[in-house]
This record gives sequence, structure tokens and C-alpha cells, in this order.
Amino acid sequence: MRSSQHLCIAALAAALMAFTSGSALAQKRYDTGASDTEIKVGNIMPYSGPASAYGVIGKTQEAYFNKINAEGGINGRKIKFISYDDGYSPPKAVEQVRKLVESDEVLVVFNPLGTPSNTAIQKYLNGKKVPQLFVATGATKWNDPKNFPWTMGWQPSYQSEAHIYAKYLIKEKPDGKIAILYQNDDFGKDYLKGLKDGLGPKDSMIIAEESYETSEPSIDNHIVKLKASSADVFISITTPKFAAQAIKKLAEIDWHPVHIVSNVSASVGGVIKPAGFENAQGILSAAYAKDGADPQWDNDPGMKRFFEFLAKYYPDGNRLDGSTVYGYGVAQTLVKVLQMCGDDLTRANVMKQAASLKDFEPDTLLPGIKINTSPTDFAPIEQLQMMRFKGEKWDLFGDIMSGDLSN
Amino acid sequence: MELFTNQILAGISTGAIYACMALAVVMIYQAIDHLNFAQGEMAMFSTFVSWQLMQWGVPYWGAFLITLAFSFAGGIAIERLLFKPLAKAPILTNVAGFIALFSIINSCAGLIWDFTIKQYPTPFGSSPFLGSQLISTHQAGMIGVTVLLLIGLYFFFQYTRVGLAMRAAASLPESARLVGINTSWMIALGWGMAAAIGSIAGMLIAPVVFLEPNMMGGVLIYGFAAAVLGGLTSPFGAVIGGFLVGIFENLAGTYIPGVGNELKLPIALALIITVLVVKPAGLFGRPIVKRV
Amino acid sequence: MSAVEEVVTEHPAVEAVPKRAMTLGYGTSLVVLALLVITPMFVKNFIIFQMTMLLIYGTAVLALNILTGGSGQFSLGQSAFYAIGAYTSAILMEQYNVNYALTLPIAGILCFAAGFLFGQPALRLSGVYLALATFALATAMPQLLKLGFFEKWTGGVQGLVVTKPDAPFGLPMSQDMWLYYFTLVITIAIYIFSVNLLRSRSGRAFMAIRDNEIAASAMGIDVALYKTLAFGVSAGITGVAGGLGAIAVQFVAPDSYTITLAISLFLGMVVGGVGWLPGSIVGAAFIIFVPNIAEGVSKGLSGAVFGVLLFLVIFLVPHGARQVALVGQQLASKFRKN
Repeated sequence: MRSSQHLCIAALAAALMAFTSGSALAQKRYDTGASDTEIKVGNIMPYSGPASAYGVIGKTQEAYFNKINAEGGINGRKIKFISYDDGYSPPKAVEQVRKLVESDEVLVVFNPLGTPSNTAIQKYLNGKKVPQLFVATGATKWNDPKNFPWTMGWQPSYQSEAHIYAKYLIKEKPDGKIAILYQNDDFGKDYLKGLKDGLGPKDSMIIAEESYETSEPSIDNHIVKLKASSADVFISITTPKFAAQAIKKLAEIDWHPVHIVSNVSASVGGVIKPAGFENAQGILSAAYAKDGADPQWDNDPGMKRFFEFLAKYYPDGNRLDGSTVYGYGVAQTLVKVLQMCGDDLTRANVMKQAASLKDFEPDTLLPGIKINTSPTDFAPIEQLQMMRFKGEKWDLFGDIMSGDLSN
Repeated sequence: MELFTNQILAGISTGAIYACMALAVVMIYQAIDHLNFAQGEMAMFSTFVSWQLMQWGVPYWGAFLITLAFSFAGGIAIERLLFKPLAKAPILTNVAGFIALFSIINSCAGLIWDFTIKQYPTPFGSSPFLGSQLISTHQAGMIGVTVLLLIGLYFFFQYTRVGLAMRAAASLPESARLVGINTSWMIALGWGMAAAIGSIAGMLIAPVVFLEPNMMGGVLIYGFAAAVLGGLTSPFGAVIGGFLVGIFENLAGTYIPGVGNELKLPIALALIITVLVVKPAGLFGRPIVKRV
Repeated sequence: MSAVEEVVTEHPAVEAVPKRAMTLGYGTSLVVLALLVITPMFVKNFIIFQMTMLLIYGTAVLALNILTGGSGQFSLGQSAFYAIGAYTSAILMEQYNVNYALTLPIAGILCFAAGFLFGQPALRLSGVYLALATFALATAMPQLLKLGFFEKWTGGVQGLVVTKPDAPFGLPMSQDMWLYYFTLVITIAIYIFSVNLLRSRSGRAFMAIRDNEIAASAMGIDVALYKTLAFGVSAGITGVAGGLGAIAVQFVAPDSYTITLAISLFLGMVVGGVGWLPGSIVGAAFIIFVPNIAEGVSKGLSGAVFGVLLFLVIFLVPHGARQVALVGQQLASKFRKN
């Protein structure tokens, strides 16, 4: 009798333990910024100042999160997107990020834009153990999980892209003479380093380099100088306005080198069309995302979702503007990560899930390009495909190349 | 030697941009004895207005004339509404007003037309000018229009009653009032004309640099520099100043080793300051005699 | 275009402010001081950080007030001296491991020399021309900082990350709070120094030059010396502010010190009241907080809202906060009479 009573009690105890440990496993865990009903996502963008063209990214993301909320949120929680203007000024960025973390108490700082601003806030965010997730810059230094475990990039780094061009030139035009026009800031210098590293011993192919400042109204005279170097390859490490000026000037002075333009300025609507389709024939570039101006994606299921989103949630958004495509893609990646977190919305888990993305394909990436991360690989997108401009659109060619910089 | 001539020619073509803007700067200086920071933004806004008209189907010259009238009226309106109340305030407060105006116009343009670049047509075409590959027909046209404007302004200030009245109102307001000149309206007129000239500058510059809200930021600095170099009281000086700045900047970038390319603007400005130290009124300005 | 000389009666570009009106009364000063000392104990670290930046920008605006309000020289180039101070502190701290407190006097002296040197060619310029020269200096500075030649010290376009100091002697306060009180002490010291400077013989010389340069020179004032001295002092104070700024923000980069900063400091001076030293902090508050307010009103039109608010301020109080203070003083004396 006693042993069966013991057994009953034991069985009951065991059952109780199973119950409680089961619910302990399903227990919710939150850090500041997350709760049963909402997840606070912080962001800084240059809505004013010299880089205000990129403010569209923030607006696209806000609209995207509105869509997710309208569709039920993430695991039942609504996203509260708090985005502040930093005017592309590092001191302002520091102030706004501190406000997000200490005053608004967000869970993560998502897609802050600009290398200077991100450099300014990196130490602070890592010190406070707040994720600096999917930073909006292609600078190569964001892939450093050992020293900065809370910082992760998203887009292919400038150096990876430059490596791909270097590989292409070594293969297709080994005796070419290269002239480079680059913007005199972190973007331009990072690219330039990538090109030189990628060419390796063949960097003697570079015979002329010209830098320009964004305060210059026109870069025409730099082009004139580069043409005088009698180079037959021209690499344009430029932002949209200057890329368009370069394309136009090259046609005007009747100079037809192999023309490579950086991905940030490859937008058909934002750069090529204003510069003139007839001037841009044969230009090379590389891409990781689909271009909203390219009719070949009109029936692509992912892009159709993107166009529907724009129509319903962000009608002012211009599908020709690469920034809208970008904002959508990176926001979708964040939503995926937050979904993967389930009910464990601690900052550490957010980083853990972000570092466990396997073959994730947002709607807007080119077919075959996938997002992969791991605890030692904080560069989500490393692949690009080269393309050549023909007619009124870009023709992708070749294999998907990995610009992986094996550190 | 070929590089040298090429850079001079390229300098002349960028210089035309600066010269255009410098004329508008001189115009406003003649009217209010000060530089208007918002001049560039007003020109940009006018250019956007003309672009919008063309998007709605108005042909180029129609849009050009409508924009000119709009800018003239707009300049007068801004002066009457925003700066007449500040007439008695210290000059520095007025400068703060210019900065506020800059901020407002730039922000509104960004909201209305967004920040992607737009192509802007030119009535002069874009083919090489006289076979030269360095100056296109548009740039030659730009230089031509600038020279025409210059001649027009010269005649206006030297030989018309209104021009003379404006000069009087700017330099000796009390005496001007005593002879019956309505100094207040002269200032408004100056603003209107400066806005109109600015709009022409904008419409000429946009085909080269592409139209977007931040297009005039850099141009304005160069316009100031060119106007100051040439002499703020001399439209002729402003135009020459513009070309000189363009040429010098290019030569500095090409021939000063190492830093020349990265320090083009500071070097150009340093040159201008040096000239000012030697000739404080600029190359062609009238020497100013100060009375106690 | 004729060869006729243009004769002008020189209107002072900067209006005269009577000396005794340049500072606050004792009572108000004590109240403000008390507020500045006590508030940080009750607010979050982030607010303390903002207050530190308020003091730093206030100091920079104060320096500009000495230059423009005091000696009548128009400057749009203060951001250059601020940058030199900031980078001096950053480089000394990060590359040479100098104690942060020591970097400030070094930054100050270096900038004093820079300002003094710049004041020399600026002697022959005034008004609009001086504005352009200082504008040139401000635009040149970011590009100088990016020069490849200096890269191994400045970090080039990437800038330098600066380590924030901990409170000394194990005092139980956060880094932010310690830095705030450190900044407060320095700010008060600079303020007292500036007030005394303007009340001294040098200050009187500055103001004589501001009001009528030719008359001042006729009275025997060494105009050249005092004008360059004004530039030097102003630059030195701005340099100290810059150094403190570098420590507070923990980062220096060329993009932090553009012409936008110089224009902001200028606006701060105008809003605070040109020549009225206590107004510097009001001006600093305007340039830090009003853009945030404008952003709150409308993200897309934040610039326009800022411009409109600025216009409102200058329409209502064209002489800046000093006008408000004067009105307040008049009201207070009316109360006392009743």
C-alpha cells in the first residue's frame, strides 16, 4: 500500500515537474524594448542634410512595418518603429542613438545609415550590449564578430564588390589601363582599397586616380583629366548624381573605355535614365538586388509583392528609386530574425538568430543570391552578379560571384 | 601643353556656372549691401518649377518665361513678407533670416520633388562646340547667355533711371530718400531681379549638374567667391571672377602635387583671400573709402 | 564700373551693446548656477549627456560672442577651431595616451595660436569679405582633415574613436555625470574669464573697435593687436569646447565639423543675443533642441519647420534672448516699485 502511494506521489510529482519544466521552456523572456504586445525597433537615418536622398529608406521601412502590423505583427506582437534624423552628422547620431537606447528603450538599433554615424555609435552600442543590426553601409569593417559581437552588416561590402570587378578585369582585360574616379570619403576609399587588393600584383594596371568632393557641383573636369591619361578602363566609384554626370560627360567627350560603375549608382531610374540610355550602353556593374525599373521582374512573385506593398502602404514611394527596394529587403530580413526569436526576445537571442540565417531569400534579392550568417560570419550578403547595360535595362551575365574576403 | 589648354578650357566651362551665379549674387548685393545665403536655393526652386511646367507639357521657352516671371514675383514677395519686417533689425539677424529661408526652401523642394536626380533639357543641344570635345554647345550657350545678362545689367545700372535709383538707395539710403527715391521698393525690386537672374542661372546649370534639391549648395559658395573676387559692385567683375575661379581651381588641381586635387576649393578660396588682402574691393570693384 | 570711388559711412556691422548689459544680475546668475549643479542628480544619463553638449556648444557660442559681439568681427569659421581642438584632444588621448584633462589646455593654446595667425590676414577684411574668408576656413577644415598626408594621426575619413574617462578617485558617479561636472567647472571658469576680459582694458578696446574702427585707431588703440587678440582668444575657447566635445561624443571625424556647425554656432549667437554672454546658453539650447522639436513635428519637412521657428524667433525678438531678459528686468523693476 505504501509503495503504491509512493508511486502515485512520485508519478504526480513527475507529472508536475514535466508540466512546470515544459512551461519553463515555453517561458517568455524579454529585454528592454520587448513585451507581450510590442517590439520597439530603433533607427537613425539622414532625413536632412547632404545625404537626405537616403531618407527614403527609413520611410519605406516604416511603411513595411505598418504592413506587418496590419497583418498581425510578429508572433502577435506589433512593431513600434522609432526613427530619428541624424543629418549625417556623427555627434547628432550619437545623441539620437543614446536617446533611442536610454530614453525610448528600444530592443535593437536597426539599419542605422552611414559609415561615420555607425563608427560613432559602434563602441557605445557594443558596450551597452544593444544589437547594431544590419547597418546601412557597405563598409567592410562591420564583419568583426570577435571584437564587436553586437554589430552586423547586411549589404555586400564595398571591398567585396570591388574584388569582383578586379577578378573580372584580370580575366577579361588583363592588359587594360585603368583610370579611377572616386568620392573622397569612406565609401570611395573603401572601394579603392578593395580594387587595389583585388588586383593584387596586377595593381599596376591602375594608371590614374582622381578623387572628388561631394561639394563640387560637377566632376566634368576630372573626367577630362582621366581621358588624357589614355586609359581604356574607367571605374566610377561615385554616388548617383556624379555617376550620371560621368556617364554624360564620357559621351560628350567621345571617350568609350570599358566603364564600370559601382552598385550604389546602378539604378536605372535614379542614374541611367537621367544620364541618357544612349550614353550608357555597355556599362558594367554588379547587383545583388532586383531593380524596380527593370521590366524583366514585373512578373516575379517577390517583386510583385513589393509593388503591391508600395501601392498599398507607401504610394509616395518611387519604385525606380533603389532606396525603396533596399529598405524593403532589409526590413524583411529583420522581420525574419524577429520571427525566429519566438518568445525569447532578449537582445542576445536576437543576435543569435541573426547569426543563424541559412539560405534566406528576401523578395528583392536576385535569384540565387541568399543570405547566410554564422557566429563567425557577420556578412549576410556576400554574393553579387555582374551585369551589362543594354537597351534600356541591365542584362545579368555570368555566374553569381562571391566577393568573400577571407579574413 | 595640351593638358594645360584642356584644363583652361574645362575651367572656362565650369567657370561659366560660377559666373552665372555670381551675377545673381552681385545683383542682391547691389540691392541690400549683403549676401543672401538663400540665393542658391531660390534658384533651385525656380528651376524645379520650370521642370514641373515642362512635365505638364509646357514647351521649354514657355516654361522659361513663366518661371522668370514667377521668380521675379516670388523674390519681391519674400522680401516684402519676410525681410521688410526685419529692416530695422541688426544685420546679423537678417543673416539668420537668410539661413532660415535656405532651410525652408531646401526642405520643401525635397518634399515636393524628392531627392532623386532629374534630367533637365537644354535649348542649346549637347553636341561638341566647334568640334572641340571640351566645350559642348550647351556650355557655349551658357557663356553666351551670361555675357548677354552682363551687358543687360551694365546698361541697367549705368543708363536707366531705375538702375541709378537702386544704386543710390543701396549706398546712400538717406540721401536717396531725400531726392524722392522709394528706397524700400528699390530693395524689393533688387530682390525680384536677383531671384530672376538666379532662376536663369539655375536653368542653365541644371543640364550640366542634374536637377536635385542639393544642386546649388556647392555652386553658391563658388558664386560668392567669384563675386567677391571680381568686386561685389561690378557685374563685369563677377563674370570674370567666375571664369578665373574655374580656371584656377582646375590648374591647382592638376599641377599642385599631392594635395592639389583634394584641396581644390580651399586653395581657390585662399587665392581669393590673398587677392582681397591686396585689393580689398576685389579686382574690378570700386575702392571703398570709409568715413568716420 | 566707373573709376569713381565709392564713399560710404560705415555703419557698424554689429550694434553696440552697453557694457553693463552684457551680463546677468547676481541673483539670476545664482539661480541658473544652482539649476546647473543640481539637475543632473535627478535625471537619466542621456539627459546629462545632452546637458553636457549644451554647456559645450554654449562655450563655443560664447567664444563667437566675444569675437563678433565684442570686437565686431564677423566669423563663420568657428567650426574650424572647434575641429582643431577636437582632433588635438582625440589624437593626444588615443595616439599618445595623454590624460584627457591635460589635452584641453593644449587644445586651447594651439587654437589660440591658430586664431591669432588667422587674424593677421583677416585684418584687412571686414564685413562680407571677412565672412567669406572665415567661411573659406570652415569649408577647408574637413578637407584638410581628410588629407592622406595626415591620415596616420587623424584616421582620415574614418575618424578616431575616443575613450571616455571614468570618474577619478573611484567617485560613485557615472562617466556621464563626471564629465558633466568637469565640463561645468571649465565652462564657469571660461565664463568668468570672458566677463572679466570684456570689462578690462582689452574688452574696452574690442568694443571701441567694434563701434568705430577708425575712431578707435585715431584714439591710439593698436587695432591690429586687439583684433588678432580677439580672434585668438575666441579660437582658443572654441578649441577647448571642441576638445570637450570630442570626449563627450567619443568620436571625431571630418564629417562632424562641417560648415553646418559654423552656421549653427552663428545662429546660436543671434538667438541668444549678439554680445550678451549669458545668452550663449540660450542660443546653444536653441540649436540643440529646436531641430529635435522640428523633427517631431514633421520628419519630411523638419528643415522647413526649423526655418519657420527661427523666423518666429527673429521676428518676435530680433535682438535675441537679451531682449527677453531686458523685458524681464523691466517687469521685475516695475514689480519692485509696486
